Amino acid sequence: MTESFRFRIDGVEVSAAPGQTIMEAADAAGIYIPRLCDHEGLRHQGGCRVCTVKAAGRSVAACTQPAEPGLEVENDTPARNRVRRDLVEMLFHEGNHLCPICEKSGNCELQAMAYRLEMTASTRFPWLEPCREVDASHPDIALDTNRCISCGRCIRASQDVDGKGVFGYVGRGIHRRVAVNGADLAHTDAARTDHAMQVCPVGCILLKGEGFSIPIGERRFDHGLIGHEIEGRRK
Amino acid sequence: MTTQTEPSDPPDAEILAVCARFGNDPHRMLDILLAIQKARRWISPAAMDAVASAVGVTRIAVEGVASFYAFLSQVPKGRVTIRLCDDIVDRFNGLDAVVAAFEAELGIKVGETSADGAFSLEFTPCIGLCDQAPAAMIDDLVATKLTRESATAIARALKAGRSPAEVLVPDHGRLTPLERARAQADNNIRLAGEVLLGPVPEDAGLRAALALAPAAIIEVVEDSGLRGCGGAGFVSERKWHSAANTPAERRYILCNADEGEPGTFKDRVILTERADLVFEGMTIAARAVGAREGILYLRGEYAYLLDHLHAVLAARRARGVLGRAILGAVDWDFDIRIQLGAGAYICGEEGAMISSCEGLPGEPKTRPPFPVTRGYLGFPTVVNNVETFAHAARILDRGGAWFHAMGTEKSHGTKLFSVSGDCARPGVYELPYGLPLRALLALAGAEDAAAVQVGGPSGTLVGRDSFDRCLSFEDLATGGAVIVFSSRRNILEIVDYYLSFFVHESCGYCTPCRVGNVFLKKAIEKFRKGLANDDDVAYLKDLSATIIETSRCGLGMTSPNPVLSSLKNFPLVYAALTKPSKDGIKATFDIQSAIDGARGIARRRSYIFDPDFSKEEDLST
Repeated sequence: MTESFRFRIDGVEVSAAPGQTIMEAADAAGIYIPRLCDHEGLRHQGGCRVCTVKAAGRSVAACTQPAEPGLEVENDTPARNRVRRDLVEMLFHEGNHLCPICEKSGNCELQAMAYRLEMTASTRFPWLEPCREVDASHPDIALDTNRCISCGRCIRASQDVDGKGVFGYVGRGIHRRVAVNGADLAHTDAARTDHAMQVCPVGCILLKGEGFSIPIGERRFDHGLIGHEIEGRRK
Repeated sequence: MTTQTEPSDPPDAEILAVCARFGNDPHRMLDILLAIQKARRWISPAAMDAVASAVGVTRIAVEGVASFYAFLSQVPKGRVTIRLCDDIVDRFNGLDAVVAAFEAELGIKVGETSADGAFSLEFTPCIGLCDQAPAAMIDDLVATKLTRESATAIARALKAGRSPAEVLVPDHGRLTPLERARAQADNNIRLAGEVLLGPVPEDAGLRAALALAPAAIIEVVEDSGLRGCGGAGFVSERKWHSAANTPAERRYILCNADEGEPGTFKDRVILTERADLVFEGMTIAARAVGAREGILYLRGEYAYLLDHLHAVLAARRARGVLGRAILGAVDWDFDIRIQLGAGAYICGEEGAMISSCEGLPGEPKTRPPFPVTRGYLGFPTVVNNVETFAHAARILDRGGAWFHAMGTEKSHGTKLFSVSGDCARPGVYELPYGLPLRALLALAGAEDAAAVQVGGPSGTLVGRDSFDRCLSFEDLATGGAVIVFSSRRNILEIVDYYLSFFVHESCGYCTPCRVGNVFLKKAIEKFRKGLANDDDVAYLKDLSATIIETSRCGLGMTSPNPVLSSLKNFPLVYAALTKPSKDGIKATFDIQSAIDGARGIARRRSYIFDPDFSKEEDLST
């Protein structure tokens, strides 16, 4: 079966190839489905759940759910975006995300997603305020997992693209976090040029010596909402 | 790579031998780490390095597994580890006194290891002995019906150097493995039904299956209307059919004996008294779908049944009903291995169970693909509950129509109910589906029942107005747990406990379950402290809805149930603890603690907010 088929996202007809996920088909069609753990070129994880859509009435992660002929998908609606905002708020409250002092501000996908989802009112969740040790052992790379959102992009990039396995998850539940393959980052084969070091959506993995080299105001999300690149593809 | 020097560590030869014993196979990681834990009492950094290089994975992959399971430790544990079950039923049955006795006698607090390395004392969630709570695991054995006196006696005997087996199983050396299991825990079979707990002929289902073609076996199961007995109630025939019809080199049969739902213990009794029937059912399933290998995933808490189950398997091989050419049929080869778990409720989820069998952290897999098309090691895998396989064996013997005739329109056959809590006769009851809850409560002697948790924490908490509801998939669905709470019990204490259970057991893979459950627990704590206002009820509902809608697996899809079902069935409990804010400031906001940090840094007191401004106080500390 290689024939493409069609389904609908928010009433818009979209074409998909067999085996494609809802998100892959949406991306190709220029429809943006918000996501944080997913990243182009990496295995889908389905962990952050920000891409949750309703497909045939069921809530599914668009990044892992295969598209099906005739499927009706609900994506950009107030109800879906409210739930997504809850998830983004959870991530903010789980870690320590202090945008004004973070190098990633303006390039940060978590921050950008908060803007896109209109996380403007004060939140109702409690702050968990973790206190995790910062790993600055590596000459080129700093790791501050207080800003980690457990998206696992670095893990997949290191394993699948760099062929290394520098990162991995340890622990369970709320204690689950990203850790490194050794006593600290300096005791791993991590390198500045690894793909794993380029895919962090937040300010958890930072390259040393690059602080604020792009001024605020000229950063990635200063030019448009997150997702505008994908939406620009729409015909 | 880190290689801390550990003078206490024997040479790595022992660890390499363990890895070699499991074929240096990374899929056997859990077995390898369990063996190391047993020998060394912890998984040291050096051990992780050694395992990583022996089986050919990264050190962080080993650490990912070692840090996931509660029974594996990254700090040295005592020579004897005592795990006290701190389920709500144990708490309501005198856990405090038992804790006090162990702490006093061992000289350590829960969570600690004694300085001489003799003992570790811990809490662990439900160990499947709610009908004889308070209960505890002592290494691989179990102790039940603990009291202050018996706990003191056990601790003293252990301190005197006697082994857990000597202390817990009198005459253990002269007993068979089955007798040793029975000596540790009562079966408490209160009512034996027609299908499982009554008299069962040997191999009858197996012989019937021998006469049938694989497709015909599946038809019999289809005719019976058998549905999964673990809780979800998926139609068994569909799983078997899908696995059989997925083209593959190999297929697997996986028996879910990870009975982790608090308040459920019927699989423990089946595995003790009807182990043959379970293996028979698995063997029949193997013939039906074309599998040659099976795994029984036994929760770590049931390690005390391991010898018994191995003995049953060995006897079956010797009798020619397991292994090569079963019942002489040249086309029927099937064998079973037991995978021991290591303290992770999530492994009861079929994808997580498969991950665990593959030597990975027990994280659910992305669905689709479903296990029946891509399961263990990527091959079609049928995952059924212990009770489901036992039923299947009986169905093959007695026929689909026999089973179908029992129960209700959508719930056929009998079901084993695990009844515990505030009742006179806790234990296992085998009843046809469709009985009103009230009838089961009467059998169990639960006269003062005010609230009943049906299906465990992921099920429904109902009140007296629901006691006429029926125990069936159509109405009150349950994997078997029926936990009775009398009018003396605090509903919110129960809800709070169950949330702490889910927080502890969430795998952490997805955001809503990992983070949302923590928030849900904090919100309930707020109610318990009397700091909630009307908005908080709406908050509980909203947060629950998000967790349910977006979670990746059944754990998060059901973890808010204690909150939602108590809100629905016991709204007054919440209303009584909710008060409107008098001054518009949230009651949870404590100005004193909010400014405490700043006060300390400034070494100055707030003239406005400090009620003790006039008193002398040393702020430098």
